[in-house]
Formats: sequence, C-alpha cells, structure tokens
Amino acid sequence: MPSTASPRRVGRLLLRSSLLEALAYPHGVDRYVELLRPLLVKRDVRAEVTAVRHQTPRSVTLTLRPNENWSGLHAGQFVGVSVEIDGVRETRPYSPAGSQHAAADALELTVSTHPEGRVSRYLRERARPGMIVGLTQAEGGFVLGDPRPQRVLLISGGSGITPVMAMLRTLCDEGFAGEIGFLNYARSSELALYGSELDQLAERHERLRVARWFTRGRGLALGGRFRREHLQAVISDHAGAATFVCGPPALIDSVCALWAQDGLAEPAVETFTPPALAFDTDGAEGVVSFAASGRKAANSGLPLLEQAEDAGLAPEHGCRMGICNTCSCRKRTGTVRNVFTGATSSAGEEQIRICVSVPLGDVALDL
Amino acid sequence: MPTSAPSLSPEQLDAFGRELDAIRARVVADLGERDADYINKVIRTQRGLEVAGRGLLFLGFLPPAWIGGTAALSLSKILDNMEIGHNVMHGQYDWMKDPRLNGKTFEWDTACPADQWRHSHNYMHHTHTNIVGKDRDIGYGMLRMSEEEPWHPYYLGNPLYATLLAIFFQYGVALHDLEAERIAAGETTVGEKRGLMGDIWRKVRGQTLKDYVLFPLLSGPSFPFVLAGNATANLTRNLWAFTIIFCGHFPEGTQEFTEEQAENETRGEWYYRQLLGSANLTGGKLFHILAGNLSFQIEHHLFPDLPAHRYAEISREVSEIRERYGIPDNTGPLPRQFGSVVRKIVKLALPPLPGRGGSRLDLEDAIQARPRELTASMQAGSVAGIEPVAVTGPAAA
Repeated sequence: MPSTASPRRVGRLLLRSSLLEALAYPHGVDRYVELLRPLLVKRDVRAEVTAVRHQTPRSVTLTLRPNENWSGLHAGQFVGVSVEIDGVRETRPYSPAGSQHAAADALELTVSTHPEGRVSRYLRERARPGMIVGLTQAEGGFVLGDPRPQRVLLISGGSGITPVMAMLRTLCDEGFAGEIGFLNYARSSELALYGSELDQLAERHERLRVARWFTRGRGLALGGRFRREHLQAVISDHAGAATFVCGPPALIDSVCALWAQDGLAEPAVETFTPPALAFDTDGAEGVVSFAASGRKAANSGLPLLEQAEDAGLAPEHGCRMGICNTCSCRKRTGTVRNVFTGATSSAGEEQIRICVSVPLGDVALDL
Repeated sequence: MPTSAPSLSPEQLDAFGRELDAIRARVVADLGERDADYINKVIRTQRGLEVAGRGLLFLGFLPPAWIGGTAALSLSKILDNMEIGHNVMHGQYDWMKDPRLNGKTFEWDTACPADQWRHSHNYMHHTHTNIVGKDRDIGYGMLRMSEEEPWHPYYLGNPLYATLLAIFFQYGVALHDLEAERIAAGETTVGEKRGLMGDIWRKVRGQTLKDYVLFPLLSGPSFPFVLAGNATANLTRNLWAFTIIFCGHFPEGTQEFTEEQAENETRGEWYYRQLLGSANLTGGKLFHILAGNLSFQIEHHLFPDLPAHRYAEISREVSEIRERYGIPDNTGPLPRQFGSVVRKIVKLALPPLPGRGGSRLDLEDAIQARPRELTASMQAGSVAGIEPVAVTGPAAA
C-alpha cells in the first residue's frame, strides 16, 4: 500500500541519511536506534521470532521475520544464527527448511537439539515469539543450481533434512516437472522431522516419490540404514539424477561409497557434524606467535583456535568447523593445513579460519 | 611521608603473584549475564543522557533547559569515555563476543582515535606503568612529574601546562601518540607520524563537526546556546577525566621505576610494580561509575581486562593480600589525592634544592643493585628528594 509505505520510506531515508550519521558520530545511528527498535538497524541482519512449534521432542521449528537487510537465500544454503546466552553471543549455522520462494517474513528454521548444544537447547527452551536473534546472510554452495537439473535425488539423515527439505519445497513451488526422489532417515518415527508434510507433498506431486526409514524402528520391512534397494524405491535411475546428501558422516560415507562403486562422480554433500579428526600432536614442530597480543607457544599440532585458547586468548569464533567464518583471522606468515580438505595454504599473508587450520611449522597470527 | 615498600624475596613475589592470579581466574570463570547486563545498562543510560541532553539544548535559550541539557551531555560524555570507552577498549567485554563491544574496534566520543589510544594506553602505559622514560603518561611529554626527570627552566611552566592540559585534555590525549616532544628532540620525524596525524585529523573533524557545527546549526536560533552547552560538556569531561587520571599514578607515595628495574620481571614482580605505582580513590557507588572505576586504579592495573565494575568486589581481597605482604596503602578521598598531585606539579616546577637532591646518585646505585632490592633503594632516593620541599605540605606536619 503506497499510502502507508511512503511516510515509512521517508523515515527510513532519514535514518539512513549521512546527516544523521554525522550527528551520531562516532557510534553510528544504529547504536541509538537499536535501543528502541532492534530490527530497524541499517547494517546488521536480525530477525524477530514470530512463531515457535515443536515437531518432535528434540527439535524446535521457528518462523523468523528478518529485517530489511536480509537479502534472501538459495534453497540448501545455511545462515549463522546468534543468540546471547549468559552474556555471551553464540553463533551457529543452521539451514533454513522453507522454500526460497516463501514470503520474506517467513524464514523457517528447524533446530535439532544436542545434549552438548548450547544454542540448540537454548532455542528449544527459550525461543518465544518476539525474541530477536542475529543472522548472517545466507552462505554455502549446497544449492540446486540454475537452470534446475532434470532429475533430482535428495537424501537426508536426522537434522540434515533441513536443506534438502528447502530444495524439495522450492522445486514443488516452481512446479518442477522432472522426477524427484526423496530418501529420509530418522532414528524413529517419533523423532522424524517433516513426516506428514512429506507425505502430503508426495500425494500432490505425481513425479515425487518419498521413502522414510527409521534406523532404530521396530519391525519395518525396509528398516535400517541406507542401501541400494532404498534408491530403487524412489528414483528410476540414480546415475542420471543430480544428488544432494545431507546428514551425519556415516550416511554421507555410505552414499559416496555406493556412488564410487558405480563409477559415478561424487554427489553434493553437506554435514553439520564435524567428523572425528585425529591430530598429529607428536610430530608438531615450530612456534605459533600471536603477534597482536605478544604471546608465543610451541605448536601443539591442534587447530590454531584451540592453540590460541590454550595460550589464554579468547578469539571470536562460532561453529568451530570451518563454516561460519567468525574466527577468520589474518595470518602474517607461515603455512597451515586445512583439517578437512588437507589443503596446504600459501606461506604469505592471508585470512584463514583458525578453527580448521593446523600450523605446519612456525606461524604468526594477528591475534 | 611515603611509607617504605618492603623488599620481597623471589619466593614471596611468586606467592604474591599466584594469589592475584587466583582472584583473576575466579572472576573470569564467573563472568556472565550479570556483567553483560551491567554494561548494556550503562550504555543505555549514556545514550539516553546524550539524546536528552542534546534535545534539551535545543531549548537552550531557557536557562533551566541549558543547565539540564549541558549537565546531561557532560554526564553522557563522562560515561562514554570512562566507564564505557576506556573499559571496553581494554577488552573487558571481549568475552561477550558482541562485535559492538569488541575492544579492538570500539570507538569513543572524544578527539583521540581509539586505535591510537589502544597503543599509547593499553600497551605503552599499562605494560610500562610508571617506568620513567617509557610510560609517557608520566607528564604526557610536557610536564615534569618525576624527580628522576632532570629539571630545566621550561618546567617553571609546569602548573600552567598542567592547567592547559586539563582544559584541553581530549586534545592532549589525541596528540599523545604523536610524541611531539620526540619529534622536537629529533628522535622521530613528522614523516613517520603522518599516518597518525591523518587519523587524528579525521577523528577531530568528526567530533568538531558534530559538536560545534551540525548540532548548533540544526538548532537554528539556539545556535549560541547549543555551541556553549557542547563546549561546556566537553570541558567538564576534560577536567573530570584529567582529575581522575592524574590521581591514579601521581599522588604522593606512588612509585616510579627505571627501565632496568623492569627488565626480566616475573609475573609477581610485574604485579608488585603495578601495585606500588597506582593509587585508589574512596567514594560512593555513583562516584566510582563516573570515574569509570579508575578510582580502583590499583585493581585496574592488576587486572586491566576484567570488567571494571568487578573491581569494587575484589578490592577488599586485594587489600587483604597487600597488607599481608606489608605493602603500604595509597587510598584517599579525591580532594586529598588531587591536592597531593597539585603539590607535586608545583614542586617539580622548581629545581631540586642544592645539596639535598641526592636522587640522581641513588638512582645510579640502584641500577647496580639486584632488581628486587631496587624498590627499597629507589624509595630511599625519592624520600631524600622529597623531604626538603615537603616542608611546605601537610605531610611535614
């Protein structure tokens, strides 16, 4: 409605004017505005929780209304969600589960709780309509791609259902004419997310076939973990389908093994559970210098974030698995290895994610 | 007359350091919502005072509005600089992981660019506290604040320079990192400082534009009242900050050190130097907040990165440890401590009396001595130097 939008727009223009910014120097207009209207800030992406529901005893599904700074997402991407817990701002990556064509004020997040997960438990116990959370812009290359593939196979396990659910809903909204197979694994029917919605979508869309399995289910014919027969139940030819897998490392490993067996290129995969990594702590050499704080420590072979913490520093960080970029830090000198990809960095100055970087010899950081 | 500090054995200093480390570890483990709520509340109050003050000054042609507006804006600037800016920039709230309260990026409502403050204050002053020749907070490169600095006729102006520094304190602080006296002495060049000058210029421009151009112009007919109110608020903050800061290290009884003394310091020795070089102020809760809790200068120098509102809570424990090691107390109300600072500024304007100023000789002896005996011999030196002049002060009574 232009009549109501126009005074609003004038207000926004005023808030974003450089005159107001000069008056609010050096803190900036946002630091004043946010005390009254936290969503009205012009820089940070923030969202208000508008609805909270509990699909399962171990999850919470939030509907978020992001502020104007949110620039949308592609189905399958993740966002960093920040909340303040006991005075500390914690950020974790979550993949929204809604269609990328959903209304801009209805960003859907399903968060599964983990016994050790501070943020997930906090959201499950404390999220209420009206609560404000911090967001990052969407990130990640786990996306359908444009133009869409002709045939799509989606495989998910546990909380990994969220990005592929976003893909499925997006394809359905687009009236996708190709074949879609959807394989979902959950521990039990009680813990399965989006069960009834998947069934409804399958009824409505002729070319969508959905199969759900429970790894700890009782007496189900096709129970258990991923295997070849499961594929045949949902897709005519998995070799010709663009495949997206998200779930625990064990599921990803077994899908990749089957694809390798068939001589196929690796499917697109994503996991939010860091694989258990072994670090070479005995063979570690060199000295890690935290140049900005003037501290030094012998390289212990652990990721630099942990070494910094062991040296008494408290660098900013989020996911601790190389996703969110919160811990990004300038490396002055030295070579590091990425613990996930094994890639070795250059020796010069560059930004690195210290949570997934292990020093190879002497390294100096701007910390 | 200052009480002499004990010389502690290395074992005692280690134990002393461990006791202080334990206090720090306990507070760090306890940081949480209470501290976050505290700083957020102070920020909310400061922003509220600022908006109210600037709003009232628009009606500055009405005397009560001018007084109220100027008072609110003065308080806002004091809170912004002392309890928020200074403390946040020490990294006291970095553990919150809130980018708005990050010590490395925070900016404050004063002429000094935050990045230069982080260098001159957090690093130079806090690391080299009261080391003559290294800690440039001793006299800010323009005053003679230590017996160890040789007298020169220039220093006859000590009281005048101090008054000017107090009035224009924000600019004194802004120019601090330029080390103008070192440029004059040919130890560094203008060229080397060009980057710093550009940053100072940009910061001063932003501050001036806001306080002395835009707000006065926006107020239309209230222009002169807003201009005067803003200038008064800046002046009030300058005088207050100068007073509190000079009471931190210069009242009689605080000690100075030589570079040699501070070489190869252990953690215990570092703590010991911080304690001997700092002085506290007594007062009520509001006084401490407006002082940015720098009234707990001793606790602040021991633990510069602990949230400052915690200093009051740990001060009793620090005092108990201090007493147990026989280290003299240096705490007093603001008028007494500031009076002592003023006397020192005046006294050091004059040359040492001939025949009695043995400090130079004692210092040379001290340099030969082993580090932990130094404090005691230094003390003897400064006592000898102070005595003749102290006749004019109440300490002689």
